[in-house]
Amino acid sequence: MAVAKSIKPAPDLQTGFSLSPHIDQVGVEERASRFTKRSIKNETKMNGLKLVLNMIDLTTLEGKDTDGKVKQLCYKAMHPHDAVPGIPTVAAVCVYPTMVKVAKKALEGSGIKVASVATAFPSGQATREIKIRDTRYAVAQGADEVDMVISRGKFHAGEYNFVFDEIAAIKEACGEARLKVILETGELGTYDKVRRASDIAMHAGADFIKTSTGKIQPAATMPVTLVMLEAIRDFYYKTGKMIGMKPAGGISKSKLALHYLVMVKEVLGEDWLNNEWFRFGASSLANDVLMQIVKGETGLYQSANYFSVD
Amino acid sequence: MFDQPLKPFEPIKLIEPIKMAKATVKKKPAAKSNTIKLKFDTSWTYAPAPESKSAATINKQYDLFINGVWQKPISKKYFDTINPANEEKLSEVADANAADADKAVKAARSAYDKVWKKMPAKERAKYIFRIARMVQEKARELAIIETLDGGKPIRESRDFDVPTAANHFFYYAGWADKLEYAFPNRRTEPLGVAGQIIPWNFPLLMAAWKIAPALATGNTVVLKPAETTPLTALKLAEIIQEADLPPGVVNILTGAGSTGAAIVNHPGVNKIAFTGSTEVGKIIQRAIAGTNKKVTLELGGKAANIIFEDAPVDQAVEGVINGIFFNQGHVCCAGSRLYVQESVAKEVIRKLKDRLESLIVGDPLDKNTDIGAINSKAQLETIKKYISIGKKEGAEMYESSCLLPGKGFFCRPTLFTNVAQSNRIAQEEIFGPVLSVLTFRTDDEVIEKANNSPYGLSAGVWTDKGSKIFNMTKRMRAGVVWANTFNKFDPASPFGGYKESGFGREGGLHGLSAYVNIV
Repeated sequence: MAVAKSIKPAPDLQTGFSLSPHIDQVGVEERASRFTKRSIKNETKMNGLKLVLNMIDLTTLEGKDTDGKVKQLCYKAMHPHDAVPGIPTVAAVCVYPTMVKVAKKALEGSGIKVASVATAFPSGQATREIKIRDTRYAVAQGADEVDMVISRGKFHAGEYNFVFDEIAAIKEACGEARLKVILETGELGTYDKVRRASDIAMHAGADFIKTSTGKIQPAATMPVTLVMLEAIRDFYYKTGKMIGMKPAGGISKSKLALHYLVMVKEVLGEDWLNNEWFRFGASSLANDVLMQIVKGETGLYQSANYFSVD
Repeated sequence: MFDQPLKPFEPIKLIEPIKMAKATVKKKPAAKSNTIKLKFDTSWTYAPAPESKSAATINKQYDLFINGVWQKPISKKYFDTINPANEEKLSEVADANAADADKAVKAARSAYDKVWKKMPAKERAKYIFRIARMVQEKARELAIIETLDGGKPIRESRDFDVPTAANHFFYYAGWADKLEYAFPNRRTEPLGVAGQIIPWNFPLLMAAWKIAPALATGNTVVLKPAETTPLTALKLAEIIQEADLPPGVVNILTGAGSTGAAIVNHPGVNKIAFTGSTEVGKIIQRAIAGTNKKVTLELGGKAANIIFEDAPVDQAVEGVINGIFFNQGHVCCAGSRLYVQESVAKEVIRKLKDRLESLIVGDPLDKNTDIGAINSKAQLETIKKYISIGKKEGAEMYESSCLLPGKGFFCRPTLFTNVAQSNRIAQEEIFGPVLSVLTFRTDDEVIEKANNSPYGLSAGVWTDKGSKIFNMTKRMRAGVVWANTFNKFDPASPFGGYKESGFGREGGLHGLSAYVNIV
């Protein structure tokens, strides 16, 4: 892999990413709401729900996480609802670095990935050295994917090159693991800044860009996700390189998740409509999706008590 | 920028493959840089989601609505109105002749003299508020009929046409007893009988634009809807009847051009309000020359939509798409001339093409349809004629790759690049889903080009720079200039044209003054 020192910003980026396109707040919010007007019915709904389930990063990021909790979550990831056949698994389980080993073992042979947050998640307020070590530890423990946070303080201070270099360094520390870069859009304040942060992350080597840690409100919203999807599209046209997208936090209902799917379909198209390139960071979404799938299969809504809480 | 390409990711295996409607979900390798193309024809497709026709009642035959009752036409003639999405007959409506028009104008005159002008303004307001509420109550039915008769997507008739029509009635109902505040220190008196002729692109909404201010200011009305789209105006007549509006205050005559001419030429009419083509507008103006009839004309347009290099590009592209493809481009203020600053032209055109691919063309009643049917066969032929002119002129055509339904009048959303100011497709109103893209270098150049048109109805400016917005909009010769948005309408905002796009304003305070004498 390339080492951090050899990664230099492209010439047009050395101006501090001030060339990122402007985002009009009214326009982007109007566009995002237009996706919610699509009517998703019958087999479209069922296929969409299965796709959503298959894109979920089932997440537990709590101070009180234990081996037991993580093992249970992993079982849920592999067997979301065995009562109904043909239900896909989720894409990944997302945990803290110390829980990676447990998750890895529990998920062995399932194909489900283990994602680990790292880099002093969720604040990111630590030195680069600590962040790199945190990342290496997670990878050494077996993480397939690393979810890092950017240094929002530095970003707000206009130190874009610092943010860029840090992402590049973490990317290097990831080795084979895929890197998701969390922008924490709820702390960025404007769509212009979301776009700029997306551009920095992609150019610095992110495999995925991700909205939020889930610890800050607002977390993922449709307009924020749209801004990031459009950044991914522009980057793809510029470089030919696909970048994944992961909205996280605040998506707990199937209907909303389907709206996101519509947005991916109409902004990026077929290639992104799978869990290699699109993920939902969520914990409670899975059961709502399962409930809707069962409703679709049987015609009846079941009580929430029929869906396991792990 | 990286020393070596990043290692591709190992695909995730599904324990149980997902059964998709058309294909299984599987990853595809990233395209090589020379073949970068997004694929919007996805394996996850939208199932049909048609709005139910059963919520709408359409009679087999409609007579004329004169003096509060339905009357057989003296002409004894009827003509068919069809659904342009499948060419099937929906109903037949009376074809009013000059004698019918005379009857309607006399009914309107009598209602004006005996009832309406004497009625206290607050009582007039109550009737208009009642109509507004009833339009809201019957919104679903009106939306379905608007879509069936005109071909516009149900999403638009449901979310735009019908609610905006109701809003116009509400807005002007509020003014009825407050005219002394609209014209401070002046007294107003109504004009008398207003003859109103409306187009086929927004049938119900245009009826509301015309009727609401006329009634609020104390005038009575003879309204003629367009011959291809009479049904929602007739439904509005049913609402007016149900609302117990005094007989003769609103009369609705269906018919074609000759019916319109009979209204325009009737000596008992005090005011003509016309929305339609510049050609007919000129005929009307000639016809009323030498009479004391007042007139407002809202005519054609060829709006310039300008994207500067400092624009919010993605939102500008979306605005341009809505500006030209809203209602299949059957919009007099459609942004049909796009001026893009050369430095961003490539990017904008690429984004426009991508967006074109994600537009859904098809059954107007389907809730997911973005672009419905062209209003009539004649209009489809006009559009096709201009598309072939554009090709002959050497402009580069790009159209959506979507499939069109086998029956009905449909046209793919189309754009032309490499268009010159001297091309006919950049000068003449096409009134269809066809966008002409031109480029420019400097601000002065684009102002000159944008104003270089016989029309001047609307324009759009896209830039993130506030000062530039004011500088540009001030220099545009157009009645409405939108900044960082397009095709936004509000009852409180006046609408109307410069030059051959007509004169007079509808909407807002300005809309009131078109229906009063200020004394």
